[in-house]
Amino acid sequence: MSRLTAAIVGPGNIGTDLMYKLLRSEVVEPRWMIGVYPDSPGLLRARDHGLETSHEGVEWLLSQDELPDVVFEATSAYVHRRYAPRYAEAGIRAVDLTPAAVGPACIPAVNGDAHATAANVNMVTCGGQATIPMVAAVSRVTPVSYAEIVASVASLSAGPGTRQNIDEFTRTTARAVETIGGAERGKAIIILNPADPPLIMRDTVFCAVAPDADREAVAASVYEMETAVQKYVPGYRLLQEPQFDDPSPPTRGATKVSIFLEVEGAGDYLPPYSGNLDIMTAAATRAGEGMCRG
Amino acid sequence: MSNLNRTWRQTDPVGELDIRLTDTCLRDGSHHKRHQFTADDVRAIVTALDGAGVPVLEVSHGDGLGGSSFNYGFSLTPEQDLIKIAADTARQAKIAFLLLPGVGTKNDIRQARDNGGSICRIATHCTEADVAEQHFGLARELGLETVGFLMMSHTQTPEVLAAQARIMVDAGCQCVYVVDSAGALILDGVSDRVAAIVAEIGDQATVGFHGHENLDLGCANTVLAVRAGATQIDGSVRRFGAGAGNTPLDAFVGVSDKLGWKTGVDFLQIIDASEDVVRPVMGEECRLDRMTMMMGYAGVYSSFLKHARTAAERYDVSGAQLLAEAGRRHLIGGQEDQLIDIALELKSQRTG
Repeated sequence: MSRLTAAIVGPGNIGTDLMYKLLRSEVVEPRWMIGVYPDSPGLLRARDHGLETSHEGVEWLLSQDELPDVVFEATSAYVHRRYAPRYAEAGIRAVDLTPAAVGPACIPAVNGDAHATAANVNMVTCGGQATIPMVAAVSRVTPVSYAEIVASVASLSAGPGTRQNIDEFTRTTARAVETIGGAERGKAIIILNPADPPLIMRDTVFCAVAPDADREAVAASVYEMETAVQKYVPGYRLLQEPQFDDPSPPTRGATKVSIFLEVEGAGDYLPPYSGNLDIMTAAATRAGEGMCRG
Repeated sequence: MSNLNRTWRQTDPVGELDIRLTDTCLRDGSHHKRHQFTADDVRAIVTALDGAGVPVLEVSHGDGLGGSSFNYGFSLTPEQDLIKIAADTARQAKIAFLLLPGVGTKNDIRQARDNGGSICRIATHCTEADVAEQHFGLARELGLETVGFLMMSHTQTPEVLAAQARIMVDAGCQCVYVVDSAGALILDGVSDRVAAIVAEIGDQATVGFHGHENLDLGCANTVLAVRAGATQIDGSVRRFGAGAGNTPLDAFVGVSDKLGWKTGVDFLQIIDASEDVVRPVMGEECRLDRMTMMMGYAGVYSSFLKHARTAAERYDVSGAQLLAEAGRRHLIGGQEDQLIDIALELKSQRTG
């Protein structure tokens, strides 16, 4: 089986971290890194690793004789919305790490296989990648009437894109908690913590389930999901056993399941505390590799 | 005119008054009440405080619009309903509401405006002001008066706070508050921070102070804030708020009278409201105890109090120790979920 050729568009922190992961992939071969500034350190670094680079943007990429099989979009929602139709026209498939959400949302451990043949997949948000697997782990055992996720990330790892569009994070994540996580209703909360030294990404997942839900089965499913995510995010771990609170007025009559997670990055390019960024690039790598089978 | 040396600012809504007071019983008090306000509670408190002349009343879930959740506690009555009731009840007072970007969204602001809220208060941790730029922009577009909250102000220097205040003002914020969320600021610590922000934003916006009682300094800190140039002041009648409660607004009205500062609030009416109306709604009083003093001492976000109590009871660990660990981990507002994690860790250390 020949490897899929790939271009990374956006040589920033995410694009660079993604490059290191793709360089290790056995099925995706990163060949191009595309930016818009000639002196971008990301382009320089890509050149050092043998990628062909250009600062003339997507137009340059699309004008080449040889086109990539897959584009990894690590720019902004605005840029991806603009170029998604052009990629499609050229027969290039896209893994979208921006919040553009042109294609269906992809959480590899939950619905990765469903998108093996999709022309465009969206990687939701960092908080979504970390928490939705756990919502799905509960909802595949017992109905979840409501799920809420709280993502705490280090301030230093939240770039201007996230900061300017924090509503987009909460909305997109909450929606995917419902559509992919399987909760009837979803809510997402994000906290940026400036502590120094920076804190490793932490996530908490709360699910409301029926009072007679099988707690042992829920816990077993949660542990199984931890293992599934660890296959592509080695630093993904449960901090505590899943907690079950009996129905009471504060839980609005439901049994409350609480799941505590930490995501430590692999430190490929970004520091290990920024597990929020690592899980995005790791999930995108996994999604790209999945396309090879499609 | 009073003994205060005032520089009037372009956006000053204080008018004839020396200080404009905002009561936060129906927002910060939401924490103390575990977000269980009824429509009748809101009607009673708004009627009494509006009648006493308090110019601004804040109404929201304790953690702001959209705060009703497992993490912070579900609201008994939807906050948007409470805002509407408050706006329909008040005769002279403006109704303010609070939003924390990352918890609530711009859509919540639109709804609160439609329900009669006229002052939009947007809170961020005091190093993260740039997450609120869009929200300030929207609030101004909607014709709302805007206030920015720099939460946990004790954690940063006056210079850092001034730079963050600048970001808020440039985004459309008309009044920046030094918010002592942990009740951890001590006297000069307040003056220095207020003065630095006044110096940075000049006449482009007003400056406010929001205090907590965890180290028993609410009124004293607030007097120093006013002397340093703050013209908008938060408090809660009878301290009705998170932690050991807020600066007691009723007492501060008396203090202001004695200092010759015009607040527009009638002291006799406000102490009657405190005793006859607010006190019965509160349940237990807000008080200094082992837990709340530890919050001030360790610099812990005041609204962690009830959640820490619940987690300490559920897992049979020391609440004070739990709060001390929350301080050591540099947790900030919104990270209530991690109190459960700390409790579990304390428990496993004990059994392990």
